[in-house]
Amino acid sequence: MSILLFSLILLAGAFMAGLLGSLTGLGGGVVLIPLLTLVFHVDIRYAVGASLVASIANSSGAAAAYIKEGITNVRIGMFLEIATTTGAIIGALLAIYTPTSLVAILFGVVLLFSAAMTIRKKNEHGDNTSNSKLARILKLNNSYPVNGEMVPYKVRGVGGGYALMTLAGIVSGLLGIGSGALKVLAMDNVMRIPFKVSTTTSNFMIGVTAAASAVVYLQRGYIDPGIAMPVVLGVLAGAFGGSKLLMKMDVKKLRLLFSVVISALAIQMIYNGLTGKL
Amino acid sequence: MKQLFSKEFWQERDVEMFIGQQLRWGVITASVIAFVGGIIYLANYGGGTPEYHVFNGAPEYVRHLPGIFHGVAQLDGRAIIQLGVVVLLATPITRIAFSVVAFAMEKDKLYVVITLLVLSIIIFSIFSGLGG
Repeated sequence: MSILLFSLILLAGAFMAGLLGSLTGLGGGVVLIPLLTLVFHVDIRYAVGASLVASIANSSGAAAAYIKEGITNVRIGMFLEIATTTGAIIGALLAIYTPTSLVAILFGVVLLFSAAMTIRKKNEHGDNTSNSKLARILKLNNSYPVNGEMVPYKVRGVGGGYALMTLAGIVSGLLGIGSGALKVLAMDNVMRIPFKVSTTTSNFMIGVTAAASAVVYLQRGYIDPGIAMPVVLGVLAGAFGGSKLLMKMDVKKLRLLFSVVISALAIQMIYNGLTGKL
Repeated sequence: MKQLFSKEFWQERDVEMFIGQQLRWGVITASVIAFVGGIIYLANYGGGTPEYHVFNGAPEYVRHLPGIFHGVAQLDGRAIIQLGVVVLLATPITRIAFSVVAFAMEKDKLYVVITLLVLSIIIFSIFSGLGG
């Protein structure tokens, strides 16, 4: 296979990854890394670098649209970014000492977890009973639009959420994914933030988190231009197409199907990691 | 409902919209640069064989800004693509810098400090030499 053919096929693959990632809300990385490693037999370190760059592209592209709708809670995002960026740098450092087979196994586990998260019951309505002092001091409580009316919500579990966000940052820095699923878990289940707000705020945070570790990866040579170019262009075009499609179609069945596909990929990644093929 | 009619609310929304626009332009600029670099790269190396199954790391000169700028000046495809990547990485970082200004305009000292802290963590990651 020539470099030209490789780039064109990768462009098409990255387009699909961006499309599915945006339709399911998981981001492009979860499809991109298995695609690069299992199909193209690319070393997982190049895959991690390319996927980080793709998550930044994805997050920045979508954040612009979400901020417009006024759902994103910029203060929650900014406060928790202290945790995710610190974690991301720790993750990028740990990556030097982590054997690639272990990275593959960990990636598979996070993938299985993400698949389970897409089909779980969601925290539709926020909580308005919390009396967290920390949330008040940090001005995290806010309101969001539901059918044209502003519904207030109060945040709880600030400490627990912060801790889980540090973990999300480490996972993101180590595996090169946005770890949106972990971020949403921290905000939904621990901090009791309504689903709409947590999803968009998580997306807002992914770009900053990924940038913190991507800088380290760039200096280490994990980000190769020959892979980055088709990946960035493909994922962006896919994510753009996905956001247009999202308004027109019901994605419930697609999410279910996607969870099954992701789980199969996850098991293959774990298997290859265990047998030392990755 | 009350805050929907307050002046502060709309002022803040303006800043957020501005930040949203800035993110979008960053992404568009990065893709255009990467696309141009990609064409030059493929024109020169399209016939070669990709060797990504072994990890040698990206060429040394595309791992730091001086090398990338030097390559861009010589119209090197790889360096131009990497410049696009750098613009992409800079997009969320500039967003943080803009947010510092936005919070300062709102006179929210606590969040000026929090945002500066996030910015310092990222700047630390750039200059710490952790990348080796």
